[in-house]
Amino acid sequence: MENSLQSIVEQAEKELVAADSLSIVEDIRVSYLGKKGVFTRQMKTLGKLPPEERPKVGATINEAKQKFLVLLEQRKTHLENELLAQRLREETIDVTLPGRGQAVGGVHPVTRTMRRIEQIFNRIGFDVAMGPEVEDDFHNFEALNIPAHHPARAMHDTFYFDEHTLLRTHTSPVQIRVMENQQPPLKVIAPGRVYRCDSDITHTPMFHQVEGFVVDKNINFADLKGVISEFLKAFFEKDVKVRFRPSYFPFTEPSAEVDIECVMCEGEGCRVCSQTGWLEVLGCGMIHPEVFRHINIDSDEFTGFAFGMGVERLTMLRYKINDLRLFFENDLKFLRQFN
Amino acid sequence: MLVNEAWLKEFVDYSIPTDELTAKLTMAGLEVDSVAAAAAEFTGVVVGQVLSVEPHPNADKLRLCKVSIGDADALDIVCGASNVRVDLCIPVATVGAVLPGDFKIKPSKLRGEPSNGMLCSEQELGLADSADGLMELPNDAPIGTDIRQYLQLDDTIIEVDLTPNRADCLSIEGVAREIACFAGKAMTVNEANKVKETIDDKVNVVVEAIEDCPRYLGRVVKGLNRSAPTPIWMQEKLRRCGQRSLGPLVDVTNYVLLELGQPLHAFDLNKIEGDIVVRRANEGETLALLNEQTIELDDDVLLIADQTKSLAFAGVMGGEDSAVSDDTSDIFLECAFFKPITIAGKSRKFGLHTDASHRFERGVDPELCYRALDRAIELLTAIAGGDVGPLTDETSDATLPKNQAVKLRFERIQRVLGVELNEETVESYFLSLGMQVEKPGSEWLVTAPSYRFDISIEADLIEEIARLYGYDNLPQNSLNISGSLMSVEEKTQPLDRIKDLLVDLGYQEAITYSFTDEEALNLLTPNVDVYRLQNPISSDLSVMRTTLWAGLLKAMDANIKRNEESVRFFETGLKFTVEQGELKQQQVLSLLATGKAQPEQWGELTRALDFYDIKHDVESILALNGLASEYQFKSGQHDALHPGQTAELINKSGEHVGYIGLLHPALESHFDVKKPVYLVELVQSEIQIKAIPVFEAMSKFPPVRRDLALIMDEKVHVNEIVDYIYKQNNLVHEVITFDIYQGKSIETGRKSVALGLILQDKSKTLVEKEVEQLINELLENLNNVFNAQLRE
Repeated sequence: MENSLQSIVEQAEKELVAADSLSIVEDIRVSYLGKKGVFTRQMKTLGKLPPEERPKVGATINEAKQKFLVLLEQRKTHLENELLAQRLREETIDVTLPGRGQAVGGVHPVTRTMRRIEQIFNRIGFDVAMGPEVEDDFHNFEALNIPAHHPARAMHDTFYFDEHTLLRTHTSPVQIRVMENQQPPLKVIAPGRVYRCDSDITHTPMFHQVEGFVVDKNINFADLKGVISEFLKAFFEKDVKVRFRPSYFPFTEPSAEVDIECVMCEGEGCRVCSQTGWLEVLGCGMIHPEVFRHINIDSDEFTGFAFGMGVERLTMLRYKINDLRLFFENDLKFLRQFN
Repeated sequence: MLVNEAWLKEFVDYSIPTDELTAKLTMAGLEVDSVAAAAAEFTGVVVGQVLSVEPHPNADKLRLCKVSIGDADALDIVCGASNVRVDLCIPVATVGAVLPGDFKIKPSKLRGEPSNGMLCSEQELGLADSADGLMELPNDAPIGTDIRQYLQLDDTIIEVDLTPNRADCLSIEGVAREIACFAGKAMTVNEANKVKETIDDKVNVVVEAIEDCPRYLGRVVKGLNRSAPTPIWMQEKLRRCGQRSLGPLVDVTNYVLLELGQPLHAFDLNKIEGDIVVRRANEGETLALLNEQTIELDDDVLLIADQTKSLAFAGVMGGEDSAVSDDTSDIFLECAFFKPITIAGKSRKFGLHTDASHRFERGVDPELCYRALDRAIELLTAIAGGDVGPLTDETSDATLPKNQAVKLRFERIQRVLGVELNEETVESYFLSLGMQVEKPGSEWLVTAPSYRFDISIEADLIEEIARLYGYDNLPQNSLNISGSLMSVEEKTQPLDRIKDLLVDLGYQEAITYSFTDEEALNLLTPNVDVYRLQNPISSDLSVMRTTLWAGLLKAMDANIKRNEESVRFFETGLKFTVEQGELKQQQVLSLLATGKAQPEQWGELTRALDFYDIKHDVESILALNGLASEYQFKSGQHDALHPGQTAELINKSGEHVGYIGLLHPALESHFDVKKPVYLVELVQSEIQIKAIPVFEAMSKFPPVRRDLALIMDEKVHVNEIVDYIYKQNNLVHEVITFDIYQGKSIETGRKSVALGLILQDKSKTLVEKEVEQLINELLENLNNVFNAQLRE
């Protein structure tokens, strides 16, 4: 009996070692442990034995069965491990290959700059206003204290449609449009396209400005200086040196042009700043009483300041772009640099 | 405007160094554009005189000269200039001299003849860009003197960019006045000699237009020696202000204009017939100008005329018929005050910008006329002799502008500038500017001098205070923000968010000009009236865009020519259309896409993008707004788009929102298009409408899916069937179109559409019987309505 059991286990071991798949292992399990399996048959022989021998023989059979189960599990684990290893081998990919899918595009550098300008001013409560690009003479000039034949009109090479209709030469008419409809206090910026009849290496017939203005009961030049200086520092993310110098705009008085220390040479003098160490970045001033008069705001009660900046100019300085004309060529090789 | 320090110092004796001076000018509002030396660097050049000129034995064009430079023996110098002659005084670069460009003068032999130095032209000394021959110096030039010293070449030229309000600084005297003010120095008084009248000749002047011309002065000068040369010092001063010497008569008027800011005009006395009349031109009257242009005038133009003809465009340019020439010896010299408003805009209107019009339209001091005329006569007679007649003076006191006292409320200074100043300081500022101050109380009365045209209201005075106090010294505040929170509007999708979505979908933002060429618009929108510029910059930028596609197509083409395979652009901006004669400016969002559906890669076959790729991008925008189901795509028509591949997007109320489509094949060749180009235009305000979500409870019961393959006529629009199914039963939760098939086993003219229906009840689990009943009813209805049957 014991001998035959041992040979059964040995036989099973041989079969298991030869089994090269989990399904064969399963077949072997069934052939030994199934209803008609070898061990099941062995157990059935117990009944024919005298009762006093049964426990001993039963224990011997169980022992052999346990040995078989251990061998079976070992083989199963071995095969499972092999399978897993094989799967891992098979599923290994070149992770250095590029990913698939749509490429990401980008916004135009002018938009990028306008967004930053808007964000900075939004934080201190400025609203954004827009206006038409085909404007009338009143909003673009007259209401801004630039009557017909004013020499300042020569500074604005204007595109006309007829005597009274033109392409706005600056975003300042939005000042007028906002004040026609809203009463102070006002804190507004107005970004947009503007047009001048001029085209050469440093001028494009269309460009972008951001106009800004504040009107309230106690706004003065010191507030203007503060807002502009803080803005320029925020925009360039740098404690940039700022200089205000007297200038002239018909719609502000006192008027100032604002220079920053050249960001290219840090004030040493270079080609970009024409060796002056300073770069002109915006114009501003206290809103002229004549402008208030045109829109029926009492200039004794309210004061305000306004400023206007060229978006391309700021973009060029921020990203070190050296040719204005690139902005409107829409060369993807240029545009992608700002994605 | 160009000024130079040597000339300025004749008016104000300042001692600050140049860089400090230019910084101060800039900070006073007279922006310095550039600073340059009056002459290039050179050494060793002295005044010499030609003693003899002999032919060169070996060269036709060269001459052997003996030149005296004063002390030692005369120098032998070989010279090729055609104007070399005996007695001529010239600059001589001696041996050892270094000329501009580091050109060293050494003893040499030219064609075998010794040459110990060089006779110089203005060009060789860096005083002019070109020269015809040697620089001719006057005969009284001190032989042997260093030329730099003789011509005061160690001078600085400063270019000042003046704002239109500072007409008073359009002269050496004016800039000097500004310097005197901030340097705290007094002006040097340079009175002209009193004019000696030696003849009685006079031109009678009748000023009809006394509003336009409140003052008209003039004098006759006869017997001028027109061969007299302009003195070298005057030529040099003119040169440093950017003016060429054109003979004494023109030079003197230019000189006085530069020195004092007063334009003058000389008429040929013998060409004036009868009285001079100053009047408005008659409509249609013509004037032949000095620049050989003839213009037609209107009654806006102030004209100087005589009894028979027009003589000059007052304040702008003289006329050909009365012009002085090289042999004019008798003149009438005009010195007038024309009102800025009369001259303003005229130069622009007629394209005649002159030094005179530039000054008159900004304002010339009406009190300057007498002094300027005296100065011109003094200079002219000193150079060219001549006899001077008595003064013609037509002044209309009633129309002559006089600066009125301007009221200043003292407390207003602090209100506007944010700084507290004391009265003494403010008063000293005004006095240093030549203003008169009266202080009857807290309201001051300040009167500006006659040369200031920019001081008429209180703000003008405050600006002057700010300027003199120094913008840099004015205080700086952080803006006080009032503390109310503003609402954030949720029902409008920010444009930036939509742009970001498109960026994530692979689009690059383009910015194209708002004006474009008419031909492209005629093809893209042939039935839309264009808005045309009067003065376009070029013919291909002459009309306002009626669609953004014109610019995007152009940008695409340029990129494809630069070897880009795929282009995806979006642009936002206004389009301009004329509807019933009225201009409409509408904000739109436009897309253009061509090339591959996705970037080329290694895994899947890249395919060309098609209509549905672009439609997805538009649907993404609608989905972003949470309102996708409220819009409808219908097949549409647009002149620029393929009639079989155009969808019109409409909103819930049936209003137009936009177009998606393929560029019409008939337009491909015009835009040089070789691959399909898909175009989208969306009305921006419509696609910025955003839903504010309202919560709805989710169903707890499992959904059931049934797939149906339906055979129908190929012309049936799938979205109509889908809409119909949605409306049939509210258990239909979602309908997915997962296959469209035509071909084998499907009858020609019909197609198979596979739909997945997701059914779900909110209150219970659906049982098979209900589902079956619903599907059967649906199939029956689809058969009746669409002639669609279940595929066998």
